[in-house]
Amino acid sequence: MSEILQVKSITKKFGGLTAVNGVSFGVKEKEILSVIGPNGAGKSTLFKLISSFMKPSDGEVLFNGKRISNQAPHIVARKGVVRTFQETTIFKNMTVKQTVIVAHHLRSKANLWGYFVSTPNARNDEKHFGDSADEILEFLGLSSMANEQASNLPHGHLRALGIAMGLATNPKILLLDEPFAGMNHDETMKAVKMVRDLRKRGLTVLLVEHDMHAVMTISDRIVVLNFGTKIAEGTPEQIQKNPAVIEAYLGHEDKEIGL
Amino acid sequence: MKVKPHTESGLKTWVGLAALVLAMGLFYFGIPALIAQNPEVYSRYYTTLSGIALLSMASAGVWLTFYIGRINIGQGVFCLFGAYISGILVVNYGMNFWYSAIWAGVICSLLSFLIGLPILRLRGVYFAMVTLISTQVATLVVQNLAITKQGRSFALPPPAALTLPGTDIVVIPAFTLEGAAVGFYFAAITLMILTFLGLYRLVNSRIGQLCKSLQQNEELASSLGVNIVWLRLVAYAISCFVGGVAGAFYGAQQANLNVSLFTVQDSVNFLLYCFMGGLNYVVGPLIGTITLRLGWDQLSPTGEYQLAIYALALIILMFILPNGLMSLVEEGKKWFIRPNHRQKLQSMSAQKPVKTVAKSAAKKRPKTAAKTAPKSNKGRK
Repeated sequence: MSEILQVKSITKKFGGLTAVNGVSFGVKEKEILSVIGPNGAGKSTLFKLISSFMKPSDGEVLFNGKRISNQAPHIVARKGVVRTFQETTIFKNMTVKQTVIVAHHLRSKANLWGYFVSTPNARNDEKHFGDSADEILEFLGLSSMANEQASNLPHGHLRALGIAMGLATNPKILLLDEPFAGMNHDETMKAVKMVRDLRKRGLTVLLVEHDMHAVMTISDRIVVLNFGTKIAEGTPEQIQKNPAVIEAYLGHEDKEIGL
Repeated sequence: MKVKPHTESGLKTWVGLAALVLAMGLFYFGIPALIAQNPEVYSRYYTTLSGIALLSMASAGVWLTFYIGRINIGQGVFCLFGAYISGILVVNYGMNFWYSAIWAGVICSLLSFLIGLPILRLRGVYFAMVTLISTQVATLVVQNLAITKQGRSFALPPPAALTLPGTDIVVIPAFTLEGAAVGFYFAAITLMILTFLGLYRLVNSRIGQLCKSLQQNEELASSLGVNIVWLRLVAYAISCFVGGVAGAFYGAQQANLNVSLFTVQDSVNFLLYCFMGGLNYVVGPLIGTITLRLGWDQLSPTGEYQLAIYALALIILMFILPNGLMSLVEEGKKWFIRPNHRQKLQSMSAQKPVKTVAKSAAKKRPKTAAKTAPKSNKGRK
């Protein structure tokens, strides 16, 4: 398996604060890789750097060997690196199906003028987008809500809608922003299954997450950040035993008082 | 002509078509017939109404910028420039007025690219502020250029005949001084109808959906691969094209350009027309312009109290109908279909849990049903 995404000693500084400091790792094709770390470890910044929503101060991100950092987000999306947002980021006044249809933008063959005068290409696109949206909603268990306003969806379904939008762009690698945040155990297990199903569709998944249990269940490999630096990388078993990770999460073992 | 849902689309298409035919009949035949009843008193309405038609066009442009989530208080710039560009082309370069109006639109949209590239990055109140100031800048530009005669009286001849290129076949006859008012009336309503049909098509095509996605969340739209900068520019350029053409015709209709043709006040008015009509409806700006302009004219006998009454009426209207006059349609719909609607919703909320449980005995289903049930109650209110 080759690495399709490479993060090369990427650094992001905000004034005097270094949020991400020289982090490097690679994501292999069809892999589920999680980035974890305590609060303020720089996960979100790293996520934005990879999806090119933020420019790195130093270092670069390569996708299929080509540099994608410093490019506009829509160009990065066009290349197949697509991020999802946390659940509050939706098109509030659209129905679920409309949202997913809009998200098919990258698959359109007609141009704006074509859509205006409704050329055969445009009509084809519209039919194709509708069908494909139905398929995606079915796949994510959202069919019954297709005509609901997006803002009316309950918690877990909003997360699924975010992933549905991502899928509609036909990405090669999907970046998920805390897909399990705020979910109870049952919901998390459902979401875990959903992410696994994504891989079955041939996708590579990179996720940034807080929920340890879910991450340990789902990931092929894990990258651990602390204070903006990578402190560990490996399989879930390796990470669980890694003393640096345990220290980052639980703090020092204090010999004197025996804790 | 509601923008939002796709349901009931068949009925809506027919209602829309009927409304269009009615409106066209009224504008092309009804109003001229009414005016013919007593031409001496009523013929001034030709000028009033063509003014309204042209201003509603410009407001349609403002409405489109609202649709991509920008508060545009700068349409006066492009109306003013459009009027002067057309005027200069006709007077200084001897161009036919009809071509010059198109050029006015084209040059305005090119200009809007230059202006839009930096300022469309701004959102919310900041964009509004910059556009508001831009009208003042435009006024100063016109006042300081020799080619615009420092914004003082710039006389225009009535439009010459438009012939098919390369032939002598007359498409639009030359306007005479006496017939110009009627000629401009028909030109203006034709342009207005074309503008609103175009806007309706735009909003109901995929472009409209993309614009709407922009309005609601630009970051999310760009994450989906939408080139938000380009789309914003295109929408703004269309808006300014329409403004430029409307300005060109408005100026020609006045037969005399001066710097106070479009001022900051007009820029604000365009915005007001959109608000008053309703931002959720394509025809909103049209309804708003007709209501406010006619209302203003009708108040003129009150003399010094005109502005006070007008302002008071505006405040009250905005208070009662914060979503504009077109929200009356929404209310009316609710009123008419209320008994039916209520029954349907009740049966829906009663059936849903039963139905879904029966369909799949799976564990997760009842939960979703329970979650959607209270929602339909909310919808009824």
